[in-house]
Amino acid sequence: MLEVRAVSKTFSPGTPNQVRSLRGVSLELAEGSWVIIIGTNGSGKSTLLNAVAGTFPVDDGNIRLAGRDVTRWPEHARATLIGRVFQNPFSGTSPGLSIQENLSLAARRGLARGLGWGLKLSLLARMRDEVGRLNMGLEDRMENAIGSLSGGQRQALTLLMATWLRPELLLLDEHTAALDPKSADLVIALTEQVIMRDNLTTLMVTHSMHQAANLGDRLIMMHRGQIIHDFQGAEKRRLRPDDLLARFEEVRRAEQLDESAAQMLAEQYV
Amino acid sequence: MNLLIGTFTIGCILSLLALGVFISFRIFAFPDITADGSITLGASVAATLIVHGTSPTLASVAAFVAGMLAGACTGTLYTRFKINSLLSGILVMTSLYSINLHIMGKSNVPLLSVTTLATQSERIGIRLMRGATSFNLAGWEVSVRDAAVLGAVAVAVALTGVLLYLFLRTNLGMAMRATGDNVQMIRALGVNDANMIVFGVAISNGLVALSGALLAQYQGFADVGMGIGMVVWGLASVIIGEALVGTNQLGLTIVGAVMGSVLFRLLVAVALRWGLSPNDLKLITAVFVFCALVVPQFLRKKRLVGSAHA
Repeated sequence: MLEVRAVSKTFSPGTPNQVRSLRGVSLELAEGSWVIIIGTNGSGKSTLLNAVAGTFPVDDGNIRLAGRDVTRWPEHARATLIGRVFQNPFSGTSPGLSIQENLSLAARRGLARGLGWGLKLSLLARMRDEVGRLNMGLEDRMENAIGSLSGGQRQALTLLMATWLRPELLLLDEHTAALDPKSADLVIALTEQVIMRDNLTTLMVTHSMHQAANLGDRLIMMHRGQIIHDFQGAEKRRLRPDDLLARFEEVRRAEQLDESAAQMLAEQYV
Repeated sequence: MNLLIGTFTIGCILSLLALGVFISFRIFAFPDITADGSITLGASVAATLIVHGTSPTLASVAAFVAGMLAGACTGTLYTRFKINSLLSGILVMTSLYSINLHIMGKSNVPLLSVTTLATQSERIGIRLMRGATSFNLAGWEVSVRDAAVLGAVAVAVALTGVLLYLFLRTNLGMAMRATGDNVQMIRALGVNDANMIVFGVAISNGLVALSGALLAQYQGFADVGMGIGMVVWGLASVIIGEALVGTNQLGLTIVGAVMGSVLFRLLVAVALRWGLSPNDLKLITAVFVFCALVVPQFLRKKRLVGSAHA
């Protein structure tokens, strides 16, 4: 389904701010798999998601999606295959447009947009239905501007929009990180529902060890632009939040050792 | 009374300019200065074609298309060549000055002895009034010519406003509105935002040029300097319109822009009547827009400080 092969990305190359965000990352996702990505800050997990989404061109390597080489496709072209939910609840919806207008934009994701009337009656009926299923009482506020909604409501709608047309790949970039715990739980429940219902291939970045342990069928841990652990099958099912924290502790210790070792070397030899 | 009708007519004609500015500034948040050049472009294209015997309707359509081309140039400079939005507009506006001179062949084209949309609507008006050239409106003597032109312009503006409203609610129009609202989201939904901006700025300048074409036909000449400061004029109309309707509901904001244009023209006419020198007009307009932009900020800050003390 998704094939990321030896992808590298360096930001601001040749300057003091140079950051090697991805160092030859390779990853293969089977159809219908749900992969969780965790990692320290700056480990490149969001960069990997953005590389797949086409937010920037990669320096090296290639990306295949649904049998097509999309490495050189611009972001909007890849959107025909990909549904996305962002970390920032403001990113996924258009605040000045109404709920129904936002949904009708999503209903044509990747399709031609001509002079057809945007809010067809048949579409409106289905929208009310689907929005009603979110259990947020939004079905009676379909003409309200999205800007007036809470973050949790926006994320729920963004999720609905991203999956309105079944995407080949769903990208979730810490989509509950900016929400209060209650809204986060709600959005996670909705996420599980839609992924199971449509058997979606999903790549999900999260900060929550709880989510990482309980969701998905595969877990990837990233550090410094590389994949350092890849848990699948039974191994993934056995993982508990504490195991993950232990792995992070391991990484941290290795890091400290590196730094103190480097410091010692510097002191003795420079 | 005739002065009042004239004021309304120009206000209506310039409301097309206001709608154009509304699209670029409000829908796309794109500060498009091209309008200064494209209103003259519309006037010069229409005037030159009419003098050479083209039908006034066709000439006005040609002006609209010419304006769209100018806008598309600005949009392309901005999206494809990554030139700053203001500079893109300035570049196109500056080159339009020469282009307009080339189109007209001189700095001024008079339209006094030819058939224009103004003379056509006058003829229709007189036929409707069975040959009378003036009529009595609540004790005022009103010339049929002026009333007919105002009527025709009002119909044209109403039609344009409705078409624009309908367009902005189509799939394409909604994608354009969302592009100005949230680029990241609209890309994630598979829309090429660069194309949307080029197309949107093109439509905006098409309307501005159409406004110029009608203005030239109404006042009876096209002049190479007639566009100076028109962006600010359009912006003032849009701001007044927003204050008048007080919501950001799409249909009402369009009506507001038209009303704002007429009201602003009216205010200017009153000010001129009271002895404001026409030379100061642009300065006053600019100061007005400055105040309209700054005062709300100032009030908000004051309110914040007030609540912090409370």
